[in-house]
Amino acid sequence: MKKEEVPHDKKIIHGEDNSLVKVLYVTDQQGKYETTQYEGWEAENLAMSQAWEDIDNRIAQTREKVIRGELSPIAYFMEKNLMDLPTLASYMGGWKFFVKKHLTPSGFKKLNASKLKKYAAIFNIPVEELTHFKG
Amino acid sequence: MKIENFQHKQSAHCESGVTLGLLQHYGIQLTEPLIFGIGAGYFFGHLPFVKVSGVPGTTFRIWPGYIFKRVCKELGVKMKVEHFTNEQKGMQALDAALQAGRPVGMQTSVFYLSYFPPAYRFHFNGHNLIAYGKEGDEYLISDPVMETVTRLSAADLEKARFAKGFPAPNGRLYYLVLTKPGFDLPNAIRRGIKKTCWFMLSSPPPFFGIHGIWFLGRKIKKYPEKLEPRRAALFIGNIIRMQEEIGTGGGGFRFLYAAFLQEAAQHLNNPALLEASNEMTLIGDAWRNFAFAAARVMKDRSGNLASYDELGEMLIQLSDREKKFFTHLKTLV
Repeated sequence: MKKEEVPHDKKIIHGEDNSLVKVLYVTDQQGKYETTQYEGWEAENLAMSQAWEDIDNRIAQTREKVIRGELSPIAYFMEKNLMDLPTLASYMGGWKFFVKKHLTPSGFKKLNASKLKKYAAIFNIPVEELTHFKG
Repeated sequence: MKIENFQHKQSAHCESGVTLGLLQHYGIQLTEPLIFGIGAGYFFGHLPFVKVSGVPGTTFRIWPGYIFKRVCKELGVKMKVEHFTNEQKGMQALDAALQAGRPVGMQTSVFYLSYFPPAYRFHFNGHNLIAYGKEGDEYLISDPVMETVTRLSAADLEKARFAKGFPAPNGRLYYLVLTKPGFDLPNAIRRGIKKTCWFMLSSPPPFFGIHGIWFLGRKIKKYPEKLEPRRAALFIGNIIRMQEEIGTGGGGFRFLYAAFLQEAAQHLNNPALLEASNEMTLIGDAWRNFAFAAARVMKDRSGNLASYDELGEMLIQLSDREKKFFTHLKTLV
C-alpha cells in the first residue's frame, strides 16, 4: 500500500471514539517501505461494529430471558462478559455439562454458596447481583 | 523498581514488537520486519472447528510464541520461557525477573488490558506485552501496539495472564538470559524465508498455508446456502478483523513481509528479492481489496449468492498467487 492511500477513518463504536493509533507498513514514492500511523479503516471499523451489534443483541435477548425466568442470571453475565460455554466452563475448572445446568433457573437454584462466589468472582461482581438479578 | 534504560517502541505486531524490545534492551538492534521474517511469522490457517463465540477461527500468523523462540534460536540468544498453573507463583516469578533487572515478555488476554479502548477488549488470548518495572501495585507496561508506555494494576495483569479459553496463556512469561555477540544475520534471514516457504507450501492440507486460503475460499462460497445471512456476515467480519484489526501492519501481515523482503534483499545482496517484495506488496493490496469487498458484502446482509461467490473466488485466486510466489521465493535463497 502506498503512503498516500492510507485511510484515516475513526472508529466510532457505541457512539464513542474507540480509535487506537496503530502502525501500518507502507511504501513511499520510491517504493521503499516505511511505517506510518493510522486510526482505523472503514472495512475493519464495520467488522468491529458488527461484532459488537451481535454481542449487544445477545446480551439484550438473554436479559429478557432471565427476566422471564427462562434462563439464570449466570447466562446473562456470561454473555455480558463476552464468554461462551466452553470459556466459562474452563474458568470454573469443570465440565460444560455442569455449567450448562447452571444456566437454567432450576440448576441455578441448586447452586451452593461457594459455587456462587466463584461465578461472581469470574464475572467480577458481588454475589448479590447473581442472587438478586436486576439486569 | 524500574528498569531505567528500557526503551519503548511502537510496532505493528505484538509478538515481533516484544521480541524487538527485548533484544534491543540487550544491544541487538534489529527492525520489526527482520524479526517477523527471521521468526517466520507469516502464515495462514482456517480452522472451522475451533470456534470463538461460535465463529470459526482464521489466522494470518504463526502460533503465539513461535516468532520469539525462533528468533532467539537463530541469533544464539539464550532465553527462558515459563508456564505456571499457580497464579501466585506466576506473579512471583515476574517480580523476581524484574528485580534482577530483566524486562519480561508475557502472553495475555486483551479482555483484561484496561488501557485498550473498550471496543477492542475481546477474549483474545494471544496478545504479547513487556513489563519493565513495578511501582506500588502497578506494573509498568510497554505494549508494542500502543504509542507510549502505560501501566496496569497487578490484579488486571494477573487476570490477563491467567485467562482461560483458547489459546490459554497459562501465565506464560519469557525473558532473555544470555546474549552472544556476533551472529550470522544473512543465514538467519535465509533460513527464515525457507521456513515460511515450507509453512505456506507444505503444511498438511486442508487447513493451513496456501491450501488453507483455498479451503476458506471454498467455504465462503457456501456460506449463503449453509448459514443465515446474519451469521454469514459475522463469519466474514471475523476474517476482516483477523486480517486488519490488532497489529498486522495491514493486509494480514503481507505488507510487513514485503518490508522484510526489501531489507533481506539488502542484507543478502540479492536484487531478485526486491522484485519478490514488490509482488508481495501487490498480494497485500489484493488482500486489502478482499477486506474491502467483504465489508461491502457484510454491510449489505442480503446473503446474495453472487457476492459471496465473488469473495470466495478472490481467495482462491489469492491462494494461487501465493502458491506461485512462494514456489518462486524458495528458489531465490
